[in-house]
Amino acid sequence: MRTPVFIFWEVVVGAALFLLFRNYGNDYLFFAGYTVLQFIVLGTAWNILGGYCGYVNFGTAGFFALGAYSSVFFYNIGQNLDDIMPEKLLAPMQWIFPLPVPVLIVIAGAVAGLIGLGTGYLTLRLRGVFFAIATLALAVVLQTLVVNWDFVGGSRGAYVIPPEKIPVFGPYIQYLFMLMLILVVVSLTVARLIERSRLGYGFATIRDDEMAAEASGVPTLRLKLIATVVSGALMGMAGATFPFYIGYVEPDSAFNLSYAVNSIAMPMIGGTTTWAGPLIGAILLGTLQQVATVTISSAVNLLIVGLLLIGFVIVAPSGIVGLWQKWVRKGPKP
Amino acid sequence: MEFTLLINAIIAGLLLGVFYAAVTGGVSISFGMLDIVNIAHPGFIILGSYIAYIVNSSFGIDPIVVSILALPLFYLLGTAVYQIYYVSFEKFGQESLRGLAFFFGLLFVTEVCLLLVFGVDYRSVNAGYIGPSLHLGPMEFPLRLLVPCLVSLAMFAALQLFLSRTFIGRAVMAVSQDPTALRLMAVDPTRIKRIAFGISIATASMAGAFLIIIQPVIPSVGRDYIGRIFAICVLGGLGSLPGTLIAALLLGVIESITSVFYGPSWAPAVSFGILLLTLAVRPSGLLGR
Repeated sequence: MRTPVFIFWEVVVGAALFLLFRNYGNDYLFFAGYTVLQFIVLGTAWNILGGYCGYVNFGTAGFFALGAYSSVFFYNIGQNLDDIMPEKLLAPMQWIFPLPVPVLIVIAGAVAGLIGLGTGYLTLRLRGVFFAIATLALAVVLQTLVVNWDFVGGSRGAYVIPPEKIPVFGPYIQYLFMLMLILVVVSLTVARLIERSRLGYGFATIRDDEMAAEASGVPTLRLKLIATVVSGALMGMAGATFPFYIGYVEPDSAFNLSYAVNSIAMPMIGGTTTWAGPLIGAILLGTLQQVATVTISSAVNLLIVGLLLIGFVIVAPSGIVGLWQKWVRKGPKP
Repeated sequence: MEFTLLINAIIAGLLLGVFYAAVTGGVSISFGMLDIVNIAHPGFIILGSYIAYIVNSSFGIDPIVVSILALPLFYLLGTAVYQIYYVSFEKFGQESLRGLAFFFGLLFVTEVCLLLVFGVDYRSVNAGYIGPSLHLGPMEFPLRLLVPCLVSLAMFAALQLFLSRTFIGRAVMAVSQDPTALRLMAVDPTRIKRIAFGISIATASMAGAFLIIIQPVIPSVGRDYIGRIFAICVLGGLGSLPGTLIAALLLGVIESITSVFYGPSWAPAVSFGILLLTLAVRPSGLLGR
């Protein structure tokens, strides 16, 4: 399938989903659906570095929170313009702020991408393990910074109050849902494009044998940096709408470890070699968690995710997509 | 007055540093010598803390004694985990990506299980030496830091003696360098690795007891230690126990001074800064080969 056709089908499915929810569902469906979509973006983003290049990023929560807090930062600037801006700038700034959410998403992507670039530049020259450990620690340090930074709420947290209604869409959550749907389309398209381009083949050589790739002239460091930036930026973008979704952000919820675990578990369960893996994993696991949160408890659903992750990694290393491919190759028994 | 504050910050840092060394010792063995990136180690440490807590609160036994009694249990747990790891990943040479995900899952599952059983309340233990301090002039040695520090030193010395003097210990040091040579000496590398990993997890039992003596514990506290542990491990030069001790003392003092003069909420950033700096400037660590 060519890319424009792929995008067309993505948009069709997305629009159908939206209209279905809008006409037959209620707001709860949008709230729950938003979470699942968010996990599709996070899982796909993680997979660009983790699945394609084989470099594990434990810091999804860090990048996600980076996006969330960059939104909070610019939202707060918009709220306190009179105090912050010098007299001369006030008028044009009042015209610019508050920034619309799509702009905040782009900013969040840029911020998270830059941090990814920095971390990657320092640690990607070493063995992959060091990068993994550094990302794990990165989340802790970013959290320390946020806790000590009063302007974005510190450890008390910050309120971000979205308008209740918005023109065209009606309820605000439908608007956020739509934005997240667009992000899903973007991230799936990016992942699929990478997979089928020179870049993707370069990534695969790094995953399979980095030494051999380097020896045959693949610019491994540059490719790894590209993957880190793209992946980090998408994670940040997924986080940008989080404050508007939840209304109140505090460090513990934005830096929650469950983002890291979920974004690893979803591609691992779905399958890490194609764009479809994270999508399948996120839909299954995301929906399962929504159901489990309502019916059992939120701690139990995290336990389920952890156990599924361990189970799949041991028993079915290539995930659901791998199982499916195996089944197709063998063919159903006559 | 400022001087006394500095002296006491350094003392607390040194005592804390020895404790950090005990926490990191296990990872120095598993990550440094066996090349197994056990990021679930903090999970095992917290498990050790909770075992010390349960036995201490129901029978009143000293937490350190409990942790020594629990050593065989943790050793067996370690060998079991290694067996799973070996059969599922190492045998096929797939350890990097999936092995990491496996240990990450293990860390997460341990934390959530403890959370489900004990909730999010802070737990602490009772022992005679928690509370009082030893005074020497202007210097103050809190006993709740001093006792774990001394036992840590003893544990570290025992580990170092075991690794450098016994046959199995030397085989552990050798297995990371040349498993084939080990095989030629009629030693099974897998068995050696299993024993070493068991020992590395066993240290988590004691480290856990020290942890809950030093501070009250909740299930998620292990996460704070991941950055610290690996910073020390890398800074010390992977797999070198004396290097680990030196790096741990260094980190302990820097962290303690940071938290006294800039506030405790900044302390976690220190370890990460050191980790990044080490990785950028000297990835082989202080005493690296």
